[in-house]
Amino acid sequence: MEKILEVKDLHVSFDTFGGEVKAVRGVNLHLEKGETLAIVGESGSGKSVTSKAIMGLIPNPPGRIKEGEILFGGKDLAKMSEKELQSIRGSEISMIFQDPMTSLNPTMTVGKQIMEGLIKHQRLSKTEAKSRAIELLKLVGIPNPDTRVSQYPHQFSGGMRQRVVIAIALACNPRILIADEPTTALDVTIQAQILELLRDLQEKMGTSIIFITHDLGVVANIADRVAVMYAGKIVETGTVDEIFYNPQHPYTWGLLGSMPSLDTSEEELIAIPGSPPDLTDPPKGDAFAPRNPYAMKIDTELEPPLFKISDTHYAATWLLHEKAPKVEPPEAIKKRMKGMASSKPTMVTKDGERNG
Amino acid sequence: MGRYIGGRVVSMLVTFLIIASLTFFLMKLLPGTPFNNQEKMSESQIQQMNEKYGLNDPVPVQYVTYMTNLFKGDLGVSFQQDGRSVTTIIGERIGPSAYLGFQSLLIGTIFGLLLGIIAALKHNTFLDYGSMIIAVLGISIPSFVIAGMMQYWVGVKWGMLPVAYWEGFEYTIMPTIAIAAAVTATIARFMRTEMLEVLGQDYITTAKAKGLTSTAVVIKHTIRNASIPIITIMGPMVVALMTGTLVIEQIFVIPGLGEKFVSSIMTNDFPIIMGTTLFFSILFIVVILVVDVLYGIVDPRIRLAGGK
Amino acid sequence: MSMRQEQLPDLTDDMFQPADIDSSKNEEIAGESTGFWKDAWRRLRKNLGAIIGIVIIVVLSLLAIFGPMMNEYSYHEQDLMRAKLPAKVPGLENVGFLGLNGVDIRGVDQYEAKGVDEYFWFGTDEFGRDQWTRVWQGTRISLFIALAAAFIDFVIGVAYGGISAFYGGRVDNILQRIIEVLVGIPNLILIILFILIFEPGILSIILALAVTGWIGMARIVRGQVLKLKNQEFVLASRTLGASDGRVIGRHLIPNVLGQIIITTMFTIPNAIFFEAFLSFIGLGIRPPEASLGSIINNGFSSLQIYPHLVLYPSIVISLLMIAFNLVGDGLRDAFDPKLRK
Repeated sequence: MEKILEVKDLHVSFDTFGGEVKAVRGVNLHLEKGETLAIVGESGSGKSVTSKAIMGLIPNPPGRIKEGEILFGGKDLAKMSEKELQSIRGSEISMIFQDPMTSLNPTMTVGKQIMEGLIKHQRLSKTEAKSRAIELLKLVGIPNPDTRVSQYPHQFSGGMRQRVVIAIALACNPRILIADEPTTALDVTIQAQILELLRDLQEKMGTSIIFITHDLGVVANIADRVAVMYAGKIVETGTVDEIFYNPQHPYTWGLLGSMPSLDTSEEELIAIPGSPPDLTDPPKGDAFAPRNPYAMKIDTELEPPLFKISDTHYAATWLLHEKAPKVEPPEAIKKRMKGMASSKPTMVTKDGERNG
Repeated sequence: MGRYIGGRVVSMLVTFLIIASLTFFLMKLLPGTPFNNQEKMSESQIQQMNEKYGLNDPVPVQYVTYMTNLFKGDLGVSFQQDGRSVTTIIGERIGPSAYLGFQSLLIGTIFGLLLGIIAALKHNTFLDYGSMIIAVLGISIPSFVIAGMMQYWVGVKWGMLPVAYWEGFEYTIMPTIAIAAAVTATIARFMRTEMLEVLGQDYITTAKAKGLTSTAVVIKHTIRNASIPIITIMGPMVVALMTGTLVIEQIFVIPGLGEKFVSSIMTNDFPIIMGTTLFFSILFIVVILVVDVLYGIVDPRIRLAGGK
Repeated sequence: MSMRQEQLPDLTDDMFQPADIDSSKNEEIAGESTGFWKDAWRRLRKNLGAIIGIVIIVVLSLLAIFGPMMNEYSYHEQDLMRAKLPAKVPGLENVGFLGLNGVDIRGVDQYEAKGVDEYFWFGTDEFGRDQWTRVWQGTRISLFIALAAAFIDFVIGVAYGGISAFYGGRVDNILQRIIEVLVGIPNLILIILFILIFEPGILSIILALAVTGWIGMARIVRGQVLKLKNQEFVLASRTLGASDGRVIGRHLIPNVLGQIIITTMFTIPNAIFFEAFLSFIGLGIRPPEASLGSIINNGFSSLQIYPHLVLYPSIVISLLMIAFNLVGDGLRDAFDPKLRK
C-alpha cells in the first residue's frame, strides 16, 4: 500500500483571551491510497481541527500550526504558502462538512457552486463546467440534474444538499476526501444513503477518505482503519476489527460501552464519567486519567507512549506496560464485542470481502 | 409575486389616503389663517382672501374638494405666491433636492460599503477600529454641525468652496458631504456586521475548501451575500435624506423643496405644507414598496417564498 | 507512528498501583458562575468606548445642572454694551491657538474695544447674553426633552408591545394593523404636523417626539416577547402552574429588559437630534428659552463673523450624541454578546 498522506507530530493551538488552547497536541497518522480512515472522538477532541489543518483551513489568527509536518506528495502542507494551498484545496484534497443546510451559499445556484472549482482548477470553460456539473449531480444521485443544476440550495432537501456538497468536493477528482461528520445532521435513513454513496464513489474513483465522526456505528459501516482521539492526541489506532474486537485503551472501551445497540439493555450502557480536560492547561500525565476507572499512579505523572499490539494496532495506555496489572475490559463491553462480531456481517452490505 | 405586489399597492393607497386626510384635518386645526399676520391687510381684505381660497366653507366641504382635487393631481394653490399651483412649485423646487439626495445617497453608499468591507476584512485591527470610530462620529454628529464647521473653515477661512447658493457642481460638494456623512456611517456599520456574519458562515469555509482565491471568496461569496440586506435599510435611509435636505438646504440656501417647505412653515402657507408633506409621504411609501419588491428579486430565498 | 517504548526511564512497580482520583472533581465547574446582569456589567466595563461615553454624559449632565450657576450671568440677561464678544477664559487666554483670548476673527480684542473687564467663557451673543450660561441652560433643556421623550416611548412602547405579544390573537392583530398604518407615515411629517398645531414649546416637542417614537420600542418588545413566549423555559414555568403575572415578571421582563434598555439608549440621541432639527426648521423652542438646537440655529446667521456662537453649542451637542451612541453600542454588546464580533 502506498501512503499518500502522512501527518507527523502535529500541534495546533488557538490563542484565545483565556490563553493558548492546545487543540491538537502531537498527532501522528497516515492515510493509504484508496482506504478509509475514521477519526473518532468526542467534541473538542481535536478531530475537526486536525482535518482543517490538513486542508490549511485553520483560521489564523487565532489558530496556528505550532509544530509538525503534513506530508502530501512529497511536500509539507504545513509550510506551504496560501497560494500553493489554494491549488491543492478542492483539486487534490477536498472536504465535506457537517451541516448541508449551512455549507452551501444560499444566493448562488448549486450549478455555479460546483462549477467554481472546475473553472479554477481544471480551467474548463463555462459550458464545459456546466455539463460536468450536471454529470456530477447525476453521479451523486440527484434526479433531473439538468433542471436541478440551476436551482438554489433552499430548493433541495437536507440529504440532497449533502449530495451537492459531495459533488462539489469530488468535482476535480481529488485524491483525498475529508468528510467532517457528513451524516451527523441528517436523518438516520438519509445517513445510510449518504454513507452508501460515499462508499460507492470511493470504489469508482479510488479516492482515499478521512472520515471524522463521533458515531462508532458509522465507523463500523465505512472505515478500514480507525484512529481514536482524546484531548488532542490519538490514543488508539488500528484496523476496524482490532478496534471493535480487541480494544486496548480504556477510553475506547468507554466509547464502545456508551454506544447503544439493539441487544443492549439499559444498565449495560456505560457512560464515561466527567468531561474532557481543559486544553488551555492540559493535565500532567495521561489526559484521560481523571476519567479513567483503571487509572494508576503513573498516569498522573507520565504521559503513556504508544504501545504496539500488532503491526497495525497501537494504543497509548500504561495498562499495556509489562508491569501493569492485567485489566480486562468491563463485562458489558466484552459482551458487546461478541455481539458486534455476530451482527457485523449484516452491517456490511457492499464490500463484505474487505472485512470478511 | 404579482399578487403580492398588487396587495402591497392597495395597502399603499390606503396608507396614502390616511396620510392625506390626517394632513388635511391637522391643517384645519392650526391656529389662525395665513393672512392674519400680515399687518398691511385690512379685516375685509382678509375676508376676501379667505373667500377666494374657500376657507369659509364648512370643513367637510373643503375636505371633499381637497380629496377630489388630489386625485386629479391638483394640490391647490399657494396662498403666498399669487395663486401659483403647488404642483408647479414642487416641480420647480424638486430638481436641486433630488440632485442633492441622489448624490448624497450614491457617495454615502459607496463610501459606507467600502468602509464596512474594510473594517470586516481587517477585523480587530487598526483599520477596523478606525472605520468604526469614523462611523460613530458620522452617526452622532448632526448634519448641521458638519455643515456649519465646513462653511466656516472650508468656505470662509480657507475659501476653498463656495459658502452657499446653488450655481454649479462646486456648490454641491459641501451640502453633499454634510448629508452623506450619516449615510456613510449607517451603511458602514450595517455592512460590517453583515460581512462578519457572512464570514462566519459554513459556506465560506466550503468556498475556501474549493481552493478559490481569497479575493474570489470575498467578492463572490462574502460581499455579494452581505450587501443584499443593505436594501432593507434604504427606507430609513430615504427618511434620513429628507431630514437632511430640509436642514441642509436652509443652511446652504439651496432653492430646493426642503427650503420651500421650511419657509412655508414660517408663513403658514398651508397648501404648500400639505402638498410637500404628501409628496414626501408618497416618496417614502413608494421607496418602501420598491425596497420590498427588490429584496424579493435579489434574494432567491425570498423570491420563492413570495411566489407561492 | 514511531515506537518510543525503548526510551522510557525506569519505571517502578508502585507507579502501577491504582491512583486515587476524586472523580467528583470532574463534575465541578471551573470559575464562579456569573448572572446575566453581572456578566453584562463586566463586559460593559471592558468596553472603552462605553466608559468614555458614560464619563462624557456624567460630565455634561453635571455642567447642565450646575453650569448656569457657575457665573453671575443669567441666560436672558441682555446688555448690548457687551454683545458679540468672543470667548475669553482666564488662564487659557494666554494659550494662543485655543482662541480663548477674546480676540475675534479680525484680530481685534473685542473686550478691550468694548471696555469689558469680565470674562465670558463661551463669549456672548448678539444681545450680550452670556453664552456659557445659555449653552448649559440649553443642554439642560435638550437633555430634559430627550429623557422625557425616551421615557414616554418606553412606557407606551413596552405596554403596547407587551400587551400585543402577550395576549396575541385578535388583540395582537388589531394593534399590529394600527402600527402598520403608523409606520407607513414618515415620522418626520407627523412630528412637523404635530408641532404646527400646538404652539412650539417644550411640552409639544416632547409629545411630538413621543407620537412616533414609541413604535420602534413596541415592535422590539413584541418581537422579543413573542420569541420568548414560545421558549421552553416559559412553557416549563407554565406547566408548573405559574400565573400570568409570574411569567411576565420572572421570565419575560428580565429577558426583554436588555433590549428595552438598548432601545431607550438609542432613543435619547435621536430625540436630541430631532429637537435640534425642529429648531432649524423654525419649530423649536421659542426665545428667551433656548435649547442646543435653537442656540446653534441662531448662531448660524452670524457664523462667518462670530463662529463662537455656533462652535461651542455644536461641540456640546456632538459630544452628547457621540456619548449616548457609544453607551448604546456598549450596552448592545454587553447584553447580547452574540451580536458582538
